[in-house]
Amino acid sequence: MSDGREHFQRELLKLNDLILKMGGMVEQSIFNSVEALKRTDAKMAQDVINMDDTIDVVELEVDDLCLELLATQQPMAVDLRFITTGMRIGSDLERIGDLAVDIAQRAIELSSQPLLKPLIDIPKMAELAEKMVHRALDSFVKRDANLARSLWQDEEKADGYRDLIHEELIEFMSKDPSTTSRALPLILISRHLERIADHATNIAEDVVYMVEGKVIKHAPKK
Amino acid sequence: MDYIIETEKLNLFYGNFQALINIGLKIERNKITALIGPSGCGKSTLLRVFNRMNDLIEGVKTAGSVKIAGKEILDSQIDLISLRKKVGMVFQRPNPFPLSIFENVIYGLRVHGEKNRNILKEKVEQSLSAVLLFEELKDKLSMNALSLTLEQQQRLCIARLLAVVPEVLLMDEPCSALDPLATMRIEELMIELKRQYTIVIVTHNMQQAARISDECGFMLLGELVEFDNTKKIFTAPSDKRTEDYITGRFG
Repeated sequence: MSDGREHFQRELLKLNDLILKMGGMVEQSIFNSVEALKRTDAKMAQDVINMDDTIDVVELEVDDLCLELLATQQPMAVDLRFITTGMRIGSDLERIGDLAVDIAQRAIELSSQPLLKPLIDIPKMAELAEKMVHRALDSFVKRDANLARSLWQDEEKADGYRDLIHEELIEFMSKDPSTTSRALPLILISRHLERIADHATNIAEDVVYMVEGKVIKHAPKK
Repeated sequence: MDYIIETEKLNLFYGNFQALINIGLKIERNKITALIGPSGCGKSTLLRVFNRMNDLIEGVKTAGSVKIAGKEILDSQIDLISLRKKVGMVFQRPNPFPLSIFENVIYGLRVHGEKNRNILKEKVEQSLSAVLLFEELKDKLSMNALSLTLEQQQRLCIARLLAVVPEVLLMDEPCSALDPLATMRIEELMIELKRQYTIVIVTHNMQQAARISDECGFMLLGELVEFDNTKKIFTAPSDKRTEDYITGRFG
């Protein structure tokens, strides 16, 4: 960020803080949704669903502030990239929040019956997804493109977990079709977690753009 | 809301030409309010109404109501000296007097009869500090003010107003003689000053209005077309004419 224009710099900090606040809430939602699933705790799952309204409110605040800064402050170069990135991150986080709600809804569906099997890979995958969101935001705060790039390999890991979970559950269902109503929601959850990892990766891509001014979306990653 | 300036059905004529048409406007205390619009729209005329500067022009007729801190200032009985002390004006070109920096700052106090050297010294320090000039100039106070840079001169002119403890600062294109960096620093100063004062600024520079103001009015052909929160004006104005002007489609 450039020197001078202290008032503008303070507004940028405000945007930074709002995004972090939103990130914290979203991370909590992911964690709680999977916790609710593990504990078959419908009440906890419902809390995640209720929390989503608050996340949506913060997203609107982020949008509003970005729009205001774009309209009134004539941001250039790194400031411009920071604000447009902020807007995109806001919408990625909002989608992640929605996916945590999807998980919570599956947790409610599953809470009335015993779990099909002890959960092993789903909590691991959830932890990975949550860490990815955390690290993506960390890279945003620290303006650290290399940290952002470290998410590429995690995205592959997340895909690996999803495949593993699918295989295992498909096996359950083909052996005993009566398990379908308990297996299918778990498959969906792995899909939700994979989407969360994708959104975290989107955030990381935007951070690389913000820091280096390079667009790396849709390009093969090494 | 705490409004410091309120106008109602304000009309102003230069001879037969009507420069302001039915202006109804409320300006909040401790905010920066910007007036924008094309040349000749009446924004500077409106600004000059607030400390009765138009009185200096021959053939001006003003009708309606303008209250400052609740007091009607179009009243012919009003004490113009105390009005202009309360409502000071900063101009396009910095206009320091050809005197020392020290004498420039305390000019108003001298006019009002202040002689105590300690009070005057204290006032100079206070006022120059408020415009962030004191550290730079404290050893050069006897230097002629005209030898300062334009930005310093403009700051000095603001300090000269602050010395008489105004409530409202009117600024008519205060940065148009300054380079972009000096402009940015004066803008920062204005944002600082609004903690204590109310600022009304007229500017051709729409981006400047967007950057620093809290409230913004768009004027056209003597009318106040739209007056709203600056964010609203620059993201979703209500009037098509405002939209055309701020998007550069005007004309």
